[in-house]
Amino acid sequence: MSALTKTFKSMSKAKLAAVVVAIAVIAVFPLVFTNPTVTEIAIFALMFMATSSAWNGFAGSSGYFSLGHAIFFGVGAYAFTIIANDFKMAPTSALFFLMPVAGVFAMVAAVGVGAVALRTKRHTFVVITIGIFFIFQLLGFNLNVTGGASGLQVPTPSNWNAATFNNPFYYAAAILLGFTVLLYWIIKRSAFGLQLLSIRDDEERARGLGVPVWRVKLSAFVVSAFPVGMAGALFAYLIGQIYPQTVFNPLFDLSWALMTLVGGIGTIVGPLLGGVVLESIQQYLNLYLSNVDIYLIIYGVVFLAVMFWMPRGIVPTVVGAVKRRRGTPTGPTSIATSDDKQPAKPDQTAGLIVTAKGATE
Amino acid sequence: MTDLIEVKGIAKAFGGIKALNGCSFTVQKGDIHGLIGPNGSGKTTLFNVMTGYERPDAGSVNFNGKEITGQSPGKIFRMGIGRTFQLTRVFSRLSVLDNMLIAAQHQHKWFKSALRSPGQGGERQRALDLLDFVGIARLAELEAGSLSYGQRKLLELAYLLMADPDVLFLDEPAGGVNPTLINQLTERIRELNAAGKTILVVEHNMEFVMGLCDRITVMHQGVALLTDLPATVRSDPRVLDAYLGGVEEEAEGGDPDSMADATFTQADRSES
Ligand SMILES: Nc1ncnc2c1ncn2[C@@H]1O[C@H](COP(=O)(O)OP(=O)(O)OP(=O)(O)O)[C@@H](O)[C@H]1O
Ligand SMILES: [Mg+2]
Repeated sequence: MSALTKTFKSMSKAKLAAVVVAIAVIAVFPLVFTNPTVTEIAIFALMFMATSSAWNGFAGSSGYFSLGHAIFFGVGAYAFTIIANDFKMAPTSALFFLMPVAGVFAMVAAVGVGAVALRTKRHTFVVITIGIFFIFQLLGFNLNVTGGASGLQVPTPSNWNAATFNNPFYYAAAILLGFTVLLYWIIKRSAFGLQLLSIRDDEERARGLGVPVWRVKLSAFVVSAFPVGMAGALFAYLIGQIYPQTVFNPLFDLSWALMTLVGGIGTIVGPLLGGVVLESIQQYLNLYLSNVDIYLIIYGVVFLAVMFWMPRGIVPTVVGAVKRRRGTPTGPTSIATSDDKQPAKPDQTAGLIVTAKGATE
Repeated sequence: MTDLIEVKGIAKAFGGIKALNGCSFTVQKGDIHGLIGPNGSGKTTLFNVMTGYERPDAGSVNFNGKEITGQSPGKIFRMGIGRTFQLTRVFSRLSVLDNMLIAAQHQHKWFKSALRSPGQGGERQRALDLLDFVGIARLAELEAGSLSYGQRKLLELAYLLMADPDVLFLDEPAGGVNPTLINQLTERIRELNAAGKTILVVEHNMEFVMGLCDRITVMHQGVALLTDLPATVRSDPRVLDAYLGGVEEEAEGGDPDSMADATFTQADRSES
């Protein structure tokens, strides 16, 4: 734990203040905005902030773009529902403690998926994860335990006050988010995090310097499945009914990737920003325009706009601009170097003729 | 003197190009061993084969009496051979300092250290000292991808020292490096050698090689022509032939038997 306290101490006062404010806002939000429609949007926003962070924690750090993380969402949702049903668990607040168990099931699935998918190169990996994803969706449709196409009923709390019904789900989502951000904040500052980044930059070179590449990749993949699996469980509990296509949803991965890229890939705040903005917009449109697909158009427009003006994403661009205004050196331009020879494959044969000739004389 | 590395009959072809064609030589423990030869004679390919980045078609490489042919780069590294790349390979989006810390990762038990912050226990200081050793400590916080070619060469050497293998393979360490730093580089390599490292170095800069190496192997068309002391290599007619022949063959499509002709042509040329 000493490492943790040390990193806390290393945070600047401004950052610490921002974190405290963010936690306070999230904590009082449902007390101020009591409209169930608003809190439901907020639950989804928190859930997608957490899952985007997890997606970014793997894909953004390792450079392996997964389009199969919805597998873990689905596995978490089904694990939660099947366990709750089989053991006839009462739908109370205690059922939230089943979320980590569902997360562990998702991790187990990730060991299997990762063991196959991570053997391939980056671009193949993208395709393989999609392929495996559809296998899982197909299993959801065809297995007995998953109830096939008619899905599964999830026990729903019946005696909770309708006005504050959403609040337990809201706080569960908030805790999931807090946990996920803390997890990736620790990883980012760790040797493990650095090893992941070295794999992103040059995997073969990292291996050639003794970084246990396979172990690092697989661990990162499996760890990132945990929050996603928990989110799946929370989703199941909240909605009360799951179908293969709603929990093994191919649009989830696109959303996570988009949220991450728009906010700023490889940063802690990026996927949080992308998640809260895009997911709120999507839920809002769903609820008020009852048009399920218009969000895809909005996503596309936002994505293109951000990538056009800020190709690195919002957070890195803004941080860079602020630093430049303050005069903090951010790039190499501020340091004059003496040996600025550009990489050129020197054809030194001509020079060598002279040298070799000189040698024989 | 004992044989530390034994290369026997290595062959490697890329399509129709025979980059290596039965290359054999040995490196003695504790030597600074030079590897020279004209462009395209197979030096880099030989490095790639010896460090597991390329699989040879035939032949074997022994290290410390153990065969390492075809092992993975990671495994060969862990046995004690570290290398740099001719076209540098640094972790371009990480800071120079983080590049150094990556190279130190293998020195820890992974499960125990994975969640600790990197650079602890004096490691950060050691990294800064080594950057200072090669003369780029002032660049520590910069993104490695923003360095010049010469600076990246020095960073590669520094992070290799951070990794601390027993044997160093350096592929053109002076390439692109500021000429005023080259003497310093020679000195650094000597110091490393004095500290017990065996060093195999590819370099086109003849002054650098002749002044630095205990022994030199000359490569030509994928074959090690000879291995000898610098003074002997300097005056061996075959070496001149190799360089001049290499030039001619590139122009004429290549015929290993025409080396004498090639020398001739060169003589003609130098008269005109
Ligand atoms: N991956 C590859 N694919 C195809 N041909 C290759 C490959 N690598 C090397 N070669 C060829 O093999 C031959 C030997 O190349 P190599 O790079 O080993 O020479 P070198 O001695 O290091 O030359 P230089 O002094 O220019 O660095 C060259 O003809 C080169 O074009
Ligand atoms: Mg070369």
